[in-house]
Amino acid sequence: MNLLTIKNLEFLHVGPLSFQVEAKQCVAISGSSGSGKTLILRALADLDDHLGDVILDDISQQEVKPHNWRRKVAMLSAESYWWFDTVGEHFDDIDQQQLEALGFDEDVSNWQISRLSSGEKQRLGLLRLLENNPQVLLLDEPTANLDKKNETLFENFVLEYLDCSSACAIWVSHDLEQINRVANKKYELKNGELF
Amino acid sequence: MLITLSSFDLSMAAILVMLLGLLSWQMKLGVTKQLYIAALRTTVQLMLIGLVLKSLFASTHLLFIVLIAFVMVAVAGWEILSRQQRKLRGWWGFGISTGSLFVSSFIITLLCLVTVINADPWYHPQYAIPLLGMLLGNTMTGIALGMDRLVQTAWNQRPVIEQRLMLGQSAELAIRDIRKEAMRAGMIPIINSMAAAGVVSLPGMMTGQILAGAPPVEAVKYQILIMFMVSSGTGFGVISVLWLISKRLFDERERLCFKQLLQIQDNTKR
Repeated sequence: MNLLTIKNLEFLHVGPLSFQVEAKQCVAISGSSGSGKTLILRALADLDDHLGDVILDDISQQEVKPHNWRRKVAMLSAESYWWFDTVGEHFDDIDQQQLEALGFDEDVSNWQISRLSSGEKQRLGLLRLLENNPQVLLLDEPTANLDKKNETLFENFVLEYLDCSSACAIWVSHDLEQINRVANKKYELKNGELF
Repeated sequence: MLITLSSFDLSMAAILVMLLGLLSWQMKLGVTKQLYIAALRTTVQLMLIGLVLKSLFASTHLLFIVLIAFVMVAVAGWEILSRQQRKLRGWWGFGISTGSLFVSSFIITLLCLVTVINADPWYHPQYAIPLLGMLLGNTMTGIALGMDRLVQTAWNQRPVIEQRLMLGQSAELAIRDIRKEAMRAGMIPIINSMAAAGVVSLPGMMTGQILAGAPPVEAVKYQILIMFMVSSGTGFGVISVLWLISKRLFDERERLCFKQLLQIQDNTKR
C-alpha cells in the first residue's frame, strides 16, 4: 500500500503541515534556502524533535523503534558521509545491475572512499540507502553535485525504484525544471506553509 | 633503616628547580613562572596533606575517614571535568565523572581493603587513604582521556553519526566505533605502564617503599596489587563513563542530541 500521511507536523517556525503521499508518487518541495525544507525531511525521518504525527500504512512513527522507522522512511541528505576506508565495507552486497544503471561500469567495492568525487559519493549513497528497501524516500537536493548526464541517470533510477517497489518519495529541490521532470505533485514552502 | 630528609636535603633539589627556571628565563622558553608556581604549590599542598595525614593516622574514626574520602573523590571528579576540551553541562558532567571515579576507585579500594589488606580495623587510614589516593590519581587520567576522546570525536563526527542513523542503524551501532576508540585512549597509558614496569621504569610507589627500607620483594607485591587495581579501576571507570555519556548523547528517539550533554547553544536545528 505505502501511504504516507502527515498530520499537523510542526516545529520551530514551520507548520502545522498536513499532506499525503501515495505509492509510486513523487512529491516535490521547493522554497528559498533557510525556509526549512531540509528540516521537514529530518522531522519525517524522526531525526529532529517535532510535533504532530507521521503515519505509514496505519503505523505511527512513534509506535516503531526509531531505527526501524528510518529503514522504512529513508533520508538521503545533500552530502553523504562514509566511515570505512573502502566502498564495499559500507554495503552488504552491491547489486551490479544497479551500479550500471547509475553509471558505474566496473566493480567499485574496492575503491577508496577518499578518492571518490562528490558526485560518485552521492550516487553510491543512494545505492547504500536502497539496501534497506525503504518504502519512502526523502531526497534532499540529491543531484546538487551531479553533472547533467548523471543527473538524468539518478532521476530515472529513482523513478524506476518507486515504480518497481511501489515506494513513494518526497524530493526537495530548488531546480524547477527537475521538479517538473520528476514530480507529480508540487509544493512550495513559504513562511512555514506549503502552497 | 629509614633515612629522613632534612630541610637542607630538600633545598638541594629546590636549587635544581631554580636553576632550570633561570635557564628557561634566559632562553625565553616561557615556563619559568608556571614552574615556580607549580613547585610552590606542590610544596604547600604536600606539607598540608602531611599534617592532615598525621592527625588522621592518630584518629581512626570511620566517619572522619569517609568524609576525607568523599572530598578526595569530589575533587578528582572536578579535575576530570576541567581537563575536558568541551565543557559538559554542570551537574550532569560532575555526576558522570564522580560516578565513574566512585566505581573505579572507591569501590575497588573498599574491596581491596576488606579482602586483601585486612588491616585492623579494615578502614585503618594508613592503608585506606594512600590506596584511595593512588587509585584516584591514576584512574583519573585514564577516565579524563577516555571521556575527552569520546565527546570530542562524537562532536567532530556528528555528520557521520547522523548518516549512520539515517541508514537505520541503532544509536548503539552508530556510536560503537567511537566508543571503541575512546576506550583505547583511556586504557593505553595504564597498559603501557604495566608493560614497561620493571623493565623500563620502576614504579613510584615501589621505589618509595624500597627507599623507606622495605624488602624489594614485598614492595614488588604491593606494586603488582596496585597495578592490577589501577588497570581494572581505570577500565571499569572508562566503561561507566562511555555508557553514561553515550546514553546521554541520544534522546529516547535515538536522535543525536548534544544539548543534553554540553554547554552549547543548540544549533543542530539551525
